[in-house]
Formats: sequence, structure tokens, C-alpha cells
Amino acid sequence: MSALTSAAVPPAGPEDHRRGEGPELIVYADLGCPHCASAWAELCDREATIVFRHFPVASKHPRSPALHAAAEAAGRQGRFFELVDSLYGDRGHVDDPHLWQRAERLGLNLDRFEADRRSEAVAARVRRDFESGIRAGVTGTPAVFD
Amino acid sequence: MIAAGEPAPDFTLRNQDGEKVSLSSFRGRKVLLVFYPLDFSPVCSDQLSIYQEVKPEIEAKGVTMVGISVDSGFAHKAFQEKLGIDTELLADFEPKGEVARAYGAYIDKVGHANRSLVLVDEEGTVEWVHESPTPLEIPGANLIFDALASADAR
Repeated sequence: MSALTSAAVPPAGPEDHRRGEGPELIVYADLGCPHCASAWAELCDREATIVFRHFPVASKHPRSPALHAAAEAAGRQGRFFELVDSLYGDRGHVDDPHLWQRAERLGLNLDRFEADRRSEAVAARVRRDFESGIRAGVTGTPAVFD
Repeated sequence: MIAAGEPAPDFTLRNQDGEKVSLSSFRGRKVLLVFYPLDFSPVCSDQLSIYQEVKPEIEAKGVTMVGISVDSGFAHKAFQEKLGIDTELLADFEPKGEVARAYGAYIDKVGHANRSLVLVDEEGTVEWVHESPTPLEIPGANLIFDALASADAR
């Protein structure tokens, strides 16, 4: 079990999900969070490099863990931000069949998507981001560090 | 606000299921008292949801976490269900805020507790206290782990 004592926000690294050009904005976001969905379009319009960090709060948004695992699995096929955009763009279809439809539309290999999103490696990757947010004192989403 | 090193005032309150819970019943185990303003308020919902996410890590440190507000046990039950949390919630309902007052966490002019964390050690002594500057500020869960790490280091 990792220590959750205070620590600065880790700088963006090669394993982070990054998109855009310009100064870095590190965003701790919950894919089930309506506030994050509202903020997402505005954040993406900025001339900035968005660094996405997973911060699913399962008790608040029960589907969040599944959504973050799905995004991470899409990322393993090079379509991370496409699935994030899709999830924030339509928050009303987040059950498993909807995730399969979204994955199909993005041209993902469904078998691999299914295996990846249920894998321990993906869960650990999501949890690593979450824990770095806890250590940085994140108490709500979206939390933006620039 | 009560300070580290002082004896933690004992209390008996009813939880979300109507059961009586006494601080002294936790003797031999650390207890984290999470005083918060009100059930269903947006900030409190965020705080308890975030703490729920790290509850296994808190418990792994030998700490029992309980929430305390002036709401009734019935409100606590509904709040627990709405948030999907299983943190025990204690009703500081009648006399209203008596326990929060005993810990110096009550704000008279608004009629509820400030957002405050009190870590009580195995012998019933206050080990660490954190009082938010305002009820709108949530103490990060990292502060709880810092306090536990400091206690371990002593």
C-alpha cells in the first residue's frame, strides 16, 4: 500500500496522457463528474498542453472507475483523448454496452479493449494518478495545476 | 479548538442506525473524528466522498474514522446512502452540537461545526488537530496521512 502523505504534484512525464501545445495544465479529473464535463471543453480550447490525471471518486460517481479504466484501455490503442472527449460529450450513455459502442466507433480492437480495461495493470495505472492527487491535496474535481 | 495532548472529551452519540456509540468504546485503537458542517451540503459531500476513497488506507493504519455533524441519525442514514459511503456518521443532534462544542469546533453564529479533524490516540488523548480556516475549505486527505506518519515517527 502506497504512502499517501503530502507530496507535490508530480511533473508531467512520458507516461502521462498529454494533448495540445503550450504551457502545461495538469488536470485531475473524474470522468463521471458533471463539473469536469463542463470544464473539459473550455480547458481544451486553451492554448495549453493538457496533462490528464485520473481522479475517479467512486462513492460519488459509481461508474467512474469503469470509465477511467475504459479510457486507459483506449489509450493503450492510442485513442485515450478520443474516448475522454466522447465520455464528456455524452454523459448519458456510460454502461458497458455504450462503452463497447464508443470503442467500436473509435475503431478499437474490442477484445483487447475488454481485456485491458479489466486488467490489474490498468487499475494500477489509474490508482497511481489518483494517489498522486490525494498526496497533492486534491479534494474535488476538476483540479487544475499550472 | 481542543489541542494535541489534551484528553479527548468522551461522548455517546447515536449513529446512522440509531445505535449508541461512545468514544471510550474505541479505546485501544486510534479514532479520527471528522467534524463537518451539514449532511447534503456540497462541500461536505466532496469531503466525505474523498475520504471514503482512502478509508482502506486509513484503516490499515489502525484508525477508525467517524463523521460527526449536528444532523439527525435519519439524515445521516440518507446521506450515507446518497453518497454511497460506509463511514459511520454520528448525530450531534440533541443537545445540538454539544460534542462539537466540547471540542471547540462549534460555530455559534451558523449553528453547526467547523470542518475540523481530531485524531485521538489509543489512550483517549488528542494526538492531532486540524481546523479549516473556513467551513468551505476541505482538509486534504494527505494531511491525515501526514499526521499518522508523524505519530509513527515519534
